[in-house]
Amino acid sequence: MTRWTAVCALADLDPERGVTALVEGHQVAVFRLADDRVLAVQQKDPYSGANVLSRGIVGSAGDVATVTSPMYKQVWSLESGTCLDPGGKPAHDLVVFPARVDDGRVLVAAP
Amino acid sequence: MSPSSPGRIVVVGAGMVAHRFADQLRSRSAEGDWRLTVIGDEPLLPYDRVHLSDLFTGKDAAALALEPSVWADPRITLVTGERVERLDRDARTVTTATGRVEPYDTLVLATGSWAWTPRTEGTDLPGVFSYRTVADVVAVQEWAATRAAELGRPLTGVVVGGGVLGLEAAAALQGLGATTTVVEFADRLMNVQLDDGGGEALRVLVTANGVEVRTAAAAVRLGAADDGAVATMDLSTGATVPADVVVFSTGIRPRDRLARESGLAIGERGGVVVGRTCRTSDPAVWAIGECASFEGECVGLVAPGNLMADVVASQLFGGPRTYTPAPEGTRLKGAGVEAASFGDVFGLTPGALEVTLADPVARTYRKIVVSDDARTLLGGVFVGDASLYASLRPLLGRPLGADPSAFLAPEGGAPAPGGDVPDDVVVCSCANVSAGSVRAAVTEHGCTTVGEVKACTKAGTVCGSCVPLLTKIVTATLEDAGITVSRAMCEHFAMPRAELFALVREGGLRTFSEVVAAHGTGRGCVICKPVVASILSSLGAGHVLEPEHAALQDTNDHVLANLQKDGTYSVVPRVPGGEITPEKLLVIAQVAQEFGLYTRITGAQRIGMFGARIDQLPAIWRRLVDAGMESGQAYGKSLRAVKSCVGSAWCRFGVQDSVGMGVRLELRYRGLRAPHKFKVGVSGCARECAEARGKDVGVIATEKGWNVYVGGNGGFTPRHAELLAEDLDDDRLVQVVDRFLAHYIQTADRLQRTAPWVADYPGGIEELRRVLVEDALGIGAQLDALVADHVDGYADEWRSTLEDPDKLRRFQAFVNAPGEHDPDLAYTAERGQARPARPGETAHHDPVVARTLEIVP
Ligand code: SRM
Ligand SMILES: Cc1cc2nc3c(=O)[nH]c(=O)nc-3n(C[C@H](O)[C@H](O)[C@H](O)COP(=O)(O)OP(=O)(O)OC[C@H]3O[C@@H](n4cnc5c(N)ncnc54)[C@H](O)[C@@H]3O)c2cc1C
Ligand code: SF4
Ligand code: FES
Repeated sequence: MTRWTAVCALADLDPERGVTALVEGHQVAVFRLADDRVLAVQQKDPYSGANVLSRGIVGSAGDVATVTSPMYKQVWSLESGTCLDPGGKPAHDLVVFPARVDDGRVLVAAP
Repeated sequence: MSPSSPGRIVVVGAGMVAHRFADQLRSRSAEGDWRLTVIGDEPLLPYDRVHLSDLFTGKDAAALALEPSVWADPRITLVTGERVERLDRDARTVTTATGRVEPYDTLVLATGSWAWTPRTEGTDLPGVFSYRTVADVVAVQEWAATRAAELGRPLTGVVVGGGVLGLEAAAALQGLGATTTVVEFADRLMNVQLDDGGGEALRVLVTANGVEVRTAAAAVRLGAADDGAVATMDLSTGATVPADVVVFSTGIRPRDRLARESGLAIGERGGVVVGRTCRTSDPAVWAIGECASFEGECVGLVAPGNLMADVVASQLFGGPRTYTPAPEGTRLKGAGVEAASFGDVFGLTPGALEVTLADPVARTYRKIVVSDDARTLLGGVFVGDASLYASLRPLLGRPLGADPSAFLAPEGGAPAPGGDVPDDVVVCSCANVSAGSVRAAVTEHGCTTVGEVKACTKAGTVCGSCVPLLTKIVTATLEDAGITVSRAMCEHFAMPRAELFALVREGGLRTFSEVVAAHGTGRGCVICKPVVASILSSLGAGHVLEPEHAALQDTNDHVLANLQKDGTYSVVPRVPGGEITPEKLLVIAQVAQEFGLYTRITGAQRIGMFGARIDQLPAIWRRLVDAGMESGQAYGKSLRAVKSCVGSAWCRFGVQDSVGMGVRLELRYRGLRAPHKFKVGVSGCARECAEARGKDVGVIATEKGWNVYVGGNGGFTPRHAELLAEDLDDDRLVQVVDRFLAHYIQTADRLQRTAPWVADYPGGIEELRRVLVEDALGIGAQLDALVADHVDGYADEWRSTLEDPDKLRRFQAFVNAPGEHDPDLAYTAERGQARPARPGETAHHDPVVARTLEIVP
């Protein structure tokens, strides 16, 4: 059974921007998209080792919602965690955390 | 199995060249029914040994892995952590240490080299290492950390061997906090690759970096401390040096034991003998990489090994490729010093001419060797500034195209070779890619960007030094092929920045959603969002953190601070004209002390404080703003600083008040967003102490007023600014600078600084003068208005952020844990201040505490 942690209200999130949440000891980057979907991935940037992914720019590649690392600009799918542009390095995917909105509250689970 | 199929292939050794071979096999025969097993004794996925020293700077070993998708091919099996102990050529099997027997139809030896250590007494003491594998690096790091803790003081390190790897290792030991000495048997550093002059120049540079160099010295004995660990090294010169950690980097030897014991032919100096097909003396066995001896030599570089891998992959399918060694160059890396050479370094070719430029002030030594008629390039040596290496090395053995001295002239009189290098010239020696293959990637494989060409050819993916030349060739080929080099900014906007700027201005658009709805598609990306943010800001659309703009900003603009490597930020208040009162200095000092910020005078006459956590930024800025300071926009694509000299106020040669003008310009343009950052300099006389001609706008006082120069640059491609107008009075100067900046903001490309913008301006500086100074196009008033609006609308970004609780929400570390902050941050002390700790170092999560740590590196 998935254990959900309520991290904040949807209204606390700006569209197309991320925040960091602590979910069962994990640092998680939680993003609200322009269409109010909420997606979450690991906060640690695998290329720099710094906990910064929530501060990356949110955008799209084709139909896929993306985030770009603010550090060295690798791009990932926010939906699957797949690395879409590793910037010439070996690709490292992200861990995706299940996230949903329930009655205006943002819920995130550990994978 | 058909006669031409390689059947069951086994590779012994899972290093760089084995990886290349597997990759080649896969791409050459996408459908073939061969099976490949690669067996390596290191416990990791095959990794990029060339960048081993990155581990010392905190990189994770996993990040060094070479493209892992190769191992996902169902026909390929990778076995790691298993050593092959026996090769039975009659039975066609190899057997590993654990007893695993692997039969083969085709065997490839790719066992590489081992690090050779001389038989010096004491090399088996704890604390003595070699430098070849990830395991070596991890062992050195662990030793450095624990030994320093045991001894309770910084370590002294000694590297034996002053070649490229030795110097790299020395820099790494230094990085671990050890004072480091390099001991070299020859009379100079990099004695194989550098001549006397180059070796001497390198010694000066390495010594200046704090590494002690002892040449003409050999390690004769290592002595132990009471607890049995290494403590001293006796040298052949009679000296004894302290040595708490020792790294031997004294050369490599091919790993040819399997071949030897199974009776394959072995070269005189070791290595498995191969011919041009890379077959050994047994037709079923091949050897590639550093373990293969071709014409009596094993080469310790990755490029020839990759070439061999390509040859065998081709031969196995009946292909024609054979191995011809390409002349190699060597470039020092990871040592914080530039040194490179190629070809006939010592000028030994009969009649060879050497043109040398040694500049003791710039600390550079550069030599070009040419044939007796001064036409053909035979070699080169570059120390201190190796920028010519990448462009000249591919021309080895070919016409140089200009007088050699022109290349060495300080201003770089001869143009660097551009996009027209001949097809057969190897552009990327690491991946062995010729100019022809790069062009074919564009013309035959449809690549349209440098990134695609890199992915398709692998050029530029190893050491990266060929990328500038690669870019020129790709661009030239696209243009020649009549392919319009795409002007699209990214997948969301099909036009370049300047066009978008005009569209946004004419349409009066004020938000990203409006802009993308009118002129783009999708939801933007890291390229176009900051561009739109900058355009909107230049057009006065309001604070960068207004709700509609905030999501567009890169993290730097989003939190009004510059991201550092560990995820913290820098704080750089504006110091107009470099003038600062003691009262403000005091506040800066208090803030830095209280928050444990690392503090330094920056390269631009102001003070930078580094290491502020995102959640600390508001509190820090509250103090600074209360003391009358404001944002220095060190994070924005906007005005940085206006550098000035002391000028006529104090200086006996000053003819105008350069500080006063510097302050006036800085207060005028502060916060003005532009396609890239820009910098201004003001000097009080032609002696130019403010180095104004190295700035985007350089103002130099004359008896009659001011001369203004534009398009200067330091940075990656330095350029002197060009004279735009002379003898202007104060107001006229400001007007000309206003117009220059406004015109640049409206028409430059994304991330194009003024230097390339001026250089590419149609009609050059003369035309720019007509447009800006003489107002020949009649756009002067409109340009003036852009800056006037900016000046009227200016407000300090930090002050307005602090006044707005909504904006302050962005600075919390965790949305669901107020007051908590990133527990992974860790600091250590260096020269009395805190800096991010590297793995293995003594560290504390609070930089205030870390600054006072007893240092155990
Ligand atoms: C702090 C400082 C180094 C120092 O400790 O002295 C510095 C630090 C950075 N520089 Fe610089 N540069 C600093 C003076 C310079 C100078 C010297 C100067 O301004 O007189 C130059 C050469 C002059 C020039 O720009 O033409 C310089 C040329 C660069 C470049 C290369 C630009 C180019 O055109 O090639 C970059 C890269 C870029 O901007 O894309 C860069 C980028 C950076 C960045 C922003 C890199 C980054 O994204 O993290 C660094 C972080 C700044 C920070 O955290 O605040 N920095 N940088 C200097 C800050 C001065 C200040 O008070 O604002
Ligand atoms: C610190 C450092 C910096 C370097 N910098 C550069 C540079 O800038 N430019 C450059 O061109 N080159 C550089 N090199 C050299 C480059 O790394 C080598 O040329 C390249 O790795 C050779 O590839 P290889 O596959 O032949 O050997 P390796 O990469 O050494 O791979 C051989 C592998 O086989 C394994 N092996 C050996 N015997 C057995 C066995 N019996 N059973 C199982 N496994 C076995 C080894 O453990 C090893 O993993 C550098 C090397 C080092 C150490
Ligand atoms: S030169 Fe500038 S950008 Fe490069 S490391 Fe130094 S401060 Fe950073
Ligand atoms: S020359 Fe090293 S990557 Fe091209």
